[in-house]
Amino acid sequence: MTEPALEAVDVTRTYTMDGVDVEALRGVSVRIDPGEFVAILGPSGSGKSTLMHLLGCLDRPTRGLLRIGGKDVATLTETELAELRNSQIGFVFQSFHLLARTSARENVALPLVYRGIGRGERRRRAISALDTVGLAHRLDHRPSQLSGGEQQRVAIARALVGDPGVVLADEPTGNLDTRTGHEVMDLLERLNTEQGVAIVLVTHEPDVAERARRQIHIRDGLIERDVS
Amino acid sequence: MRLGESFRVALEALRVNRLRSALTMFGVVVGVAAVVVLVAIGTGARNLVENEIEGLGSNIIFVAPGEFSFGAAPTISRMQLEDVTYLGRVTGDEGQIAVALNSGETVRAGRAQTFSSIVGANENVQNVFDRPLRRGRYLSRTDVETRRRVVVLGSDIARRLFGDVDPVGRQVAIASGTRFRVVGVFEEVGQTFGQTRDAEVHVPVTTAQRMFGVDRIDFLAIRAPTSDDIPRLQKDVVDALQRKYQGEQFSAITQTQLLGTIGTVLSALTGVLAAIAAISLLVGGVGVSNIMLVSVRERTREIGLRKALGARQRDILAQFLVEAVLLTTIGGTAGILLGAGLSLTITALSPVPAAITWWSPVLAFVVSAGVGIFFGVVPARRAGRLDPVIALRTE
Repeated sequence: MTEPALEAVDVTRTYTMDGVDVEALRGVSVRIDPGEFVAILGPSGSGKSTLMHLLGCLDRPTRGLLRIGGKDVATLTETELAELRNSQIGFVFQSFHLLARTSARENVALPLVYRGIGRGERRRRAISALDTVGLAHRLDHRPSQLSGGEQQRVAIARALVGDPGVVLADEPTGNLDTRTGHEVMDLLERLNTEQGVAIVLVTHEPDVAERARRQIHIRDGLIERDVS
Repeated sequence: MRLGESFRVALEALRVNRLRSALTMFGVVVGVAAVVVLVAIGTGARNLVENEIEGLGSNIIFVAPGEFSFGAAPTISRMQLEDVTYLGRVTGDEGQIAVALNSGETVRAGRAQTFSSIVGANENVQNVFDRPLRRGRYLSRTDVETRRRVVVLGSDIARRLFGDVDPVGRQVAIASGTRFRVVGVFEEVGQTFGQTRDAEVHVPVTTAQRMFGVDRIDFLAIRAPTSDDIPRLQKDVVDALQRKYQGEQFSAITQTQLLGTIGTVLSALTGVLAAIAAISLLVGGVGVSNIMLVSVRERTREIGLRKALGARQRDILAQFLVEAVLLTTIGGTAGILLGAGLSLTITALSPVPAAITWWSPVLAFVVSAGVGIFFGVVPARRAGRLDPVIALRTE
């Protein structure tokens, strides 16, 4: 049996908002293996974003065990958590989150900056990642000079550049029209099959979720169904 | 993240908000320039006074009635011209004792007239002080003994009354019209305590006493043979005078002691000026802190993203700290240049030679970098501690 890429065991996450405790996750267990293509589906407020933040090491569970790349996050310091994110996880966001006034190449190279990799090597790897997403001709363009689909492909290149085990994509097609959304999904699918990177997709759109090989339905902070 | 990377990111951030960066820097520029200029003025004033006092000559003991200190009310002297002979027996050389009786009077020559500081002096002034003559001669013993109406003019007075004409042999009228013959003209010497000594007019002390209707002298100046003799002479002279004038106080002070007293006063003045300037630097620093807080808030999303991509707390902290330090050190450098420029302008346009000391720009630079760190730490830590989940959600 292979080591899981991400593993949550009976995880809860409680927020305190205005003095009231809100249980966003009420005991979720999920295991994602290397190379999987999983969609997390659910209406807004279901806790799917919270789950994604936990799986992405952006947040820690209130209770339960969370293992990323074989490491129990509860035992890690803030710095170790940041380093784990940097090496294990690639993020793709709904609103792209590219730095304005910064070229596509430099946007893509950003995760490598925090890995202490030199400029020349960063440049080389960024160009290679942009080539993978079909944007080798847009290296020096800024986000404002790119279409929405192109911007999301730059963001995907950035998620890939650090060679992570898992790419977490939070509503990656949410800000795109249907056709461009399909293109982005094609790209994610191709990366999954060709490069073997595990993809965890968070969405509320069933037709987008269907592209994944496994669907986890979440509702009211609990896993409702887990369909392969 | 390497430091070079932080610099690049910080410079870019400053460049993007050019106007805001410039305005924030301006506060630091003004503060640093104020420190440099005010310290330069303070130091310059001190140098000026010290040079003037040194110009009086070394090994000279000034003897005056009363306590010698700043702010003390002047005491009317009871000393007499005979005291030169009396003290000569104490010091061993009457020829090294100069006297002065001062009064401000109008001096006229033909239609030209000017206000001047009349110094009733004896022939020893030239032995005690270094007062070279441009023309003619100084007052002689005979001039003093026979109350001759002869006068030696300061270079300024000579120029104002006679222009380019050689005044030696010509006549001037002093005060209510007493006529004097010019026997000599001093070389130009400069100022002491803001008064130009080139506006002095020396007449025999005896003539001055008769003209002003007094029989006193204001003070004595004694040249000691060597600096080792000074303490002994100071004590002997004061003792002798207090024996003669029972109940009076006298003080004998040297140039070095004068320098010490004035130096203390002027150092304090420089300190006060620097403190005032430091306040404006502090205000500039608060401006930096304020703008950094705005910058952190504006870039909350960027911070969240950087954290998601693996930036550690210290990476974010370094990025904003470097930005704050760049703001203040760029501003500080500009302030030093501005301050130096202003100091040079002040030197050129005013009598105070502003002296830029090596340490004031260095100090100003170090302080402005320190201000950047001090006032940047709070915003930078706030940035470093941002929760990435919340930061990413910020619109």
